[in-house]
This record gives sequence, C-alpha cells and structure tokens, in this order.
Amino acid sequence: MSKIIVEERSIVIPGEILAEGMDFLPGDNTFRENNQIYSKVLGLANISGRVIKITPLSGPYVPKAGDKIIGKVTDIAFSGWRVDTATAYSAMLNVKDATSRFIRKEEDLSKILAIGDYIVVMITNVTSQNLIDLTMKEPGLHKISGGRIININSQKVPRVIGKKGSMISLIKQNTGCDITVGQNGLIWLKGSPDGEFLAEKAIKLIENKSHQEGLTEKIEQFLEKNKVNN
Amino acid sequence: MIVNKDTIAQLAKENRRLDNRSLTEFRSPIEIETNISWTAEGSAKVRIGETVVMAGVKLSIEKPYNDTPDEGGIMVNAELTPLSSPEYEPGPPGMKAIELARVTDRGIREAKAIDMKKLCIIPGEKAWFVIVDIITINDAGNLFDAAGLATLTALKSAKYPVVDKETGAIDYKQKTDIPLPLTKEPLPITVYKINGSLLVDPTSEEEKTYDARLTVASDSDGTISALQKGGNMPLTIDELSKMLDIALEKSNFLREELNKALNV
Repeated sequence: MSKIIVEERSIVIPGEILAEGMDFLPGDNTFRENNQIYSKVLGLANISGRVIKITPLSGPYVPKAGDKIIGKVTDIAFSGWRVDTATAYSAMLNVKDATSRFIRKEEDLSKILAIGDYIVVMITNVTSQNLIDLTMKEPGLHKISGGRIININSQKVPRVIGKKGSMISLIKQNTGCDITVGQNGLIWLKGSPDGEFLAEKAIKLIENKSHQEGLTEKIEQFLEKNKVNN
Repeated sequence: MIVNKDTIAQLAKENRRLDNRSLTEFRSPIEIETNISWTAEGSAKVRIGETVVMAGVKLSIEKPYNDTPDEGGIMVNAELTPLSSPEYEPGPPGMKAIELARVTDRGIREAKAIDMKKLCIIPGEKAWFVIVDIITINDAGNLFDAAGLATLTALKSAKYPVVDKETGAIDYKQKTDIPLPLTKEPLPITVYKINGSLLVDPTSEEEKTYDARLTVASDSDGTISALQKGGNMPLTIDELSKMLDIALEKSNFLREELNKALNV
C-alpha cells in the first residue's frame, strides 16, 4: 500500500518520513530508503502528482553558472580580484572579465576595483572543484556605489523576486528604490533614506513570512500603510 | 560593509540613521533578566536590540592584597565568544575583549560602587573577592553599554553563599539573603562621533564607521567615574561636553529601564 504521510505545504524536518510505498517518487531534497521517502532538509513539503519535493526554508547558497550575485572584493591578485560571494567557495574575477577597457601591464588594479568594493557580477562557471569564475561584462553588472546592502537567507530570494519579478517591482514602485537582488542573498538598495528603510523592512517581512499564503497581498498592505505615514 | 559605511556617514550628517532611529535613541527592546544561572551568585542577561550579553558574579574568599589589607576586591573578565560574531575567534582575549573588560571594571571600581571595606572578613587574612564574567551571546553593536548594564544588574542580584562557621568552607549550593554592599549604580554610556554627529547605541555597521567614541560611566546623581576615549579622530572641548550631556541623560534612561525590570 502506498500512501502520503505529510500534508501539502506542511513543515518537515530532516529524516521525516514523507511517504510510503513505491508509487511515489523522491524529488528535490528527498531520498528513498527501503520503502519510504525521507526529507533531507528543513522545509515545506510540495506534492505534485507522484513526485514529492521539499522547498528548503534555510540552507547555504550553492553557486550556479548564470546566477547574478553580489560579491565583495577581498583581495587583488596578479590578473584579477578575489571575491567573497557569501558561499563556502572561492571566487575569481579576471581582469578581462571586469572591464572592456585595455589594461596596461603595470596598471594599478585597485583603481578599477579596490578591496572592500561591492560588485554585481554573474557566475560564468563553477568548476568541479567548486571554484567560481565571475564576469562583470554582461549588461546590468557593475560596481556598487552608495545605497545600502542587506543580507537575507538565500533560500528566500525567489520569494523576494516573486513570480516574474512581481514582488520586487511592487517594492520598487512603492519605495522609489533601485533594488538589485543577488541570488546569494545580498540585496542592494538605493533611493531616498526613507524609501531604503521601507524597502529593507518590506524585504525582511518577506523573509520572515515567506512560507505563508497571500504574501503579495500582505506586502502590498504593508507598503500601502507605511506610505501614508510618510 | 563599505557601501553602508558611506551611507551611514552621509545620513549622520543629516542627523539620520540607517534604521530610522534618532541619533540619541536606543534600540528596542531593552530586556533585562536576572538569576539566569543557579551556579553563579548573581547573574544577568541583557538585550539591547539584537545585542545580547550575559554577566555572572562569583564570590570567593581570598587573602587581601598587601597594600589594602582591610579591603576585598573585584575582577572583571570579558569573553567575546565566536558565536556572537563572525569576527571573533576562539583563543586568548584580544584587544577588544580586554578593553571591554577594563572599561566595565573601571566604571564599577572608580565609582567606588562596592564598599570594599565591607567585603573584608578578617583584615590581612580573609576577604570576599567579586569576580565578574561577561560573555557575549550576540554582538550587534554597543557591547560597552550592554556589558556595563549586565554587570551592574548581576552585581545587584548577587547574594552571598553560605559559609560554614567551623571550617570556613563556602557552600556554593546555598545562598544567604545578604546582597553585596553596593553603594552606587554606575552605568557606562558610549557616545559615538560619526561625520560630525554624535549618536548612541550604534549597530555593528555604525561601529565600523565611527571617527571617535567616548565611554562615560556615571551614577544616579550624575557623578562621572570613568572615561574611555577610542577611535582615531580627536574631539573638541565643545563636542566633549555635548557627549557628556548625552551620556548622563542616557545613563539615567538605562537606569530607569533597569529599575523597571527589577521591580516586576
């Protein structure tokens, strides 16, 4: 007999039995042992047809090629910069990927990017050794100046962006801020001080309530309410 | 964060802060909890915003120092645990931990908050020694004020352990009702100067941006007992007197919070 033990959108912990029997398939963050499907992580159960998967509630950011992230320059090497990407792995930004301008041999690299600068970059490659290659030459990638950077749980990034960017454009419209969300959980806000503060609060609210239903309406209400006060 | 750094400095000039507080506003909640440890003679846990600090008081009987045979003593030790911030490593205390312990120690000692003569049992032979341990649980900025508040609360809540009259051995498992001979209630307040503006209760980001800071320990009648200046930039006389005014006002504010918490 096959049966599902957990309910849709219920919170599960690692090792919890999700389903019994061979009629169901283990999806993301789950595994099968003997006749049972177990959860690997703390998260929300998601049942679609025969597949059971878990949307994690927390956990580290795992770098993926093509992700736009926000990093911090931590070191200047011979031909590039070492970047802290808030992952467990080391990332390099090569000179040729940083600027399209010609760089002379003796040029001072700290004039282009200094230690401590924050940059919006894209991951071009993650090697089998988990070394990350970055680029800053795609459109929308640049060095950050001004504004503020906040840090959220990287697993909540999809909720902050929303379906087709609906959530983030809602916040942008209501606060008048420029917002860049890095997949690694760093978010850059730039606007008026009041706008930045409101946007930060809204994003923290999303982070805390991401697993609840009707999130967009809640955020809409929150932004509407605080806008009047300003 | 460098990006936040510029923004903090810019906002400070306009008398504003990243979290929309006013310059002389403490974070909320301020929570004060006593008797969190049953092994310590007195203990306290203090929360200012997201900063959490614990302090414990232990009492032991030692031989008094030779130059003060009729007095007990106080020792303050601080530990910045790795769990409280990614910047702290395990190992011997660094500059920051030593400064934290010494500033807290000086606030209590120089105010003569504890009547050292009353700690003495037999002059030249036996006296009570007060050992305060400060442990950070979360460092979200303003450890000085939080540690000072936690230490004072722990001292206020401390009770002597029972001493066996025949053997002189201390039974730490039993406590008497006798509190420490506290005569004053000094509290340190740290005022930071960022881009020309003076502010209190900084977050950890603001702590990375400051030009200068001044820790002022003062008791309830406004007597200043200790000062500690930090940071690379100088202070003018005008700024100094403004800082002292802010510190005295804020130390009364924290003392009110403390009394509120202890009376509940």
